[in-house]
Amino acid sequence: MAMISGENHGLRLAVRYAVLGLIAVIFIFPLVFMVVSSLKPDQQLLLDTKSLRAFLPVGDISLDNYVAAFQRAPVGLFIFNSVLVTGATVLLSLLVCSLAGFAFVFINWTGRELVLGIILATLIVPFETIAIPLLLLMSKLPWLGLDGLTWGWLNSYRVQIVPLVADGLTIFLFVQYFKDLPGELIEAARVEGATWWQIYRRVVMPLSGPILATAAILKFLIMYNQYLWPLMVVQDESYRPVMVGLQYFFQLNRAWGEIMAYLSLITVPVLGFYLVLQRAFIASIASTGVKG
Amino acid sequence: MARISLKDVRKSYGSTDVIRGVDIEIEDGEFAVFVGPSGCGKSTLLRMVAGLEDITSGTLSIGDRVVNDLPPKDRKVAMVFQSYAIFPHMTVRENVAFGLTIAGASKAEKDAKVAEAARILQMEPLLDRRPSQLSGGQRQRVAIGRAIVRKPEVFLFDEPLSNLDAALRMDMRMEISKLHKQLGTTMIYVTHDQVEAMTLADKIVVLKGGEVQQIGAPMELYHHPVNAFVAGFLGSPSMNFLDVEVVEANGDAVTVRNGALDPVTVSRASGDYVAGGRALLGIRPQYLVPAADEAASALHGTVGLAERLGTETIVDVALKDGKSLIAALSQDAILEMGAPIGFTFDPAKCHLFAARSA
Repeated sequence: MAMISGENHGLRLAVRYAVLGLIAVIFIFPLVFMVVSSLKPDQQLLLDTKSLRAFLPVGDISLDNYVAAFQRAPVGLFIFNSVLVTGATVLLSLLVCSLAGFAFVFINWTGRELVLGIILATLIVPFETIAIPLLLLMSKLPWLGLDGLTWGWLNSYRVQIVPLVADGLTIFLFVQYFKDLPGELIEAARVEGATWWQIYRRVVMPLSGPILATAAILKFLIMYNQYLWPLMVVQDESYRPVMVGLQYFFQLNRAWGEIMAYLSLITVPVLGFYLVLQRAFIASIASTGVKG
Repeated sequence: MARISLKDVRKSYGSTDVIRGVDIEIEDGEFAVFVGPSGCGKSTLLRMVAGLEDITSGTLSIGDRVVNDLPPKDRKVAMVFQSYAIFPHMTVRENVAFGLTIAGASKAEKDAKVAEAARILQMEPLLDRRPSQLSGGQRQRVAIGRAIVRKPEVFLFDEPLSNLDAALRMDMRMEISKLHKQLGTTMIYVTHDQVEAMTLADKIVVLKGGEVQQIGAPMELYHHPVNAFVAGFLGSPSMNFLDVEVVEANGDAVTVRNGALDPVTVSRASGDYVAGGRALLGIRPQYLVPAADEAASALHGTVGLAERLGTETIVDVALKDGKSLIAALSQDAILEMGAPIGFTFDPAKCHLFAARSA
């Protein structure tokens, strides 16, 4: 009996690994194709798509496409812009949305259910429907900078950051996580004399590692992949993010190798960010059941 | 240290009243225990004293101040929770010093006070550990340590021992009692365990359904309960209640009987009784004495289950009238199940209550 169940266990494990392996291959092949293609000249790239060679770094392999990509567009600037905008938005979003979640869960105030309901309702409103009114609003907002008071936020980093800091999904994630924290910890801190800010900073935030990682990754991906909004509000190349920068490669003389090189380059920050936070991200999904 | 006064304090959630006009005075330095069954409102009342629950109406004073609208941090209270509520991301030292850190105390002051608390609670070796590395009893010490370093005017304990095993519970009970004597601070302790209430309290407040049933010293409540609920709640095993018929009522002397009970005259009856009416006769299991022979006994039944505990024997007795009662015999006794058994008792140690208060 023990042997049979041992064999069964081994078989089950083998099937499980086979399925997981297959899924991993399905996910990784497009990435392999992208990186491998970025190393090939256009003609070979297109020819190789007819066979498995498309996934192998064979033939005329070089970094020429990367050099060409840098010549065609200010790739470094675009990546810098995207990392800056995304990084700032993620940090501000974690602060603002966690504070909002804190207020909804721990502080008893009149109308909080209603306000939370309204915020959650925004989850079903597509961004495209508010894009135009938001654009009009942004074009008229005041700003006090080094040049004194100016009007209109278009063509700036802040127009890509501020409107996207708070969102219903991130607030919802924090609300759900905070609800699972033991309420007595908060009450103990209150009795010990802590203010709400001290409770947030000294008790709640140190216990929120998993949800901070989850929210950061989700927000990072959303922000890094922004296309429509920056396309609408940024005409100046110096503020342009990576996704909008992709346009440069679809204009005259379309070169697939260069496109693949550009895509490979802009994938690097995403992978780096994910690798840094992956352990906390997986722990969060495992513990809260939040799906990314 | 401070005196605590609750005057006509009420708490409602919407149309549901959970505290219905409570008046309690707790003297400076007194150890008061709120006791009652689940849902009686004792924890709510404690949380109202702490400031964690709003007071719907009435007046709550700590010392000379009315604190109805003061937030918890301004009430000079410290609270120990049932779940300990120690911060998992901090070491024991940081947990104990939390209130001082919040108050902006210097490192030297924190170190001195934490060291003193650790000495009192004998937890010096634990100071650099995380809560996850502590046992339940040790966590409870940390929670108490966190409470005492701030030198509050009032300590509040919300069922602090209910997550501990029986042996540890007894140890911690004694520690808390010692702590009270050592610090002399006013303490309010909530429990559903009448043993904790009886052993710790200077004053017991018995609650039921959001109302105070009786307030007094443990032995006063034990010997002079005002109603059947208090009588039944305090004492272990619980008081037996016999549904009896009033044979004769003559001033303070009331004679009662039932199918298993020969007529007995109780002289400490409170309330109004009329011949032919019903009443409840309360007899503590410890006051039942097995009669040498059936004829000499006042209560008649047969032996059911007997639990021999060594120092005493708890017997479940099936009475002649079909009801049952518990007797606690003061020595180890070998009793045969089904054997007839009779008891005598001192009527002066019985309590008579109106039938409706059962």
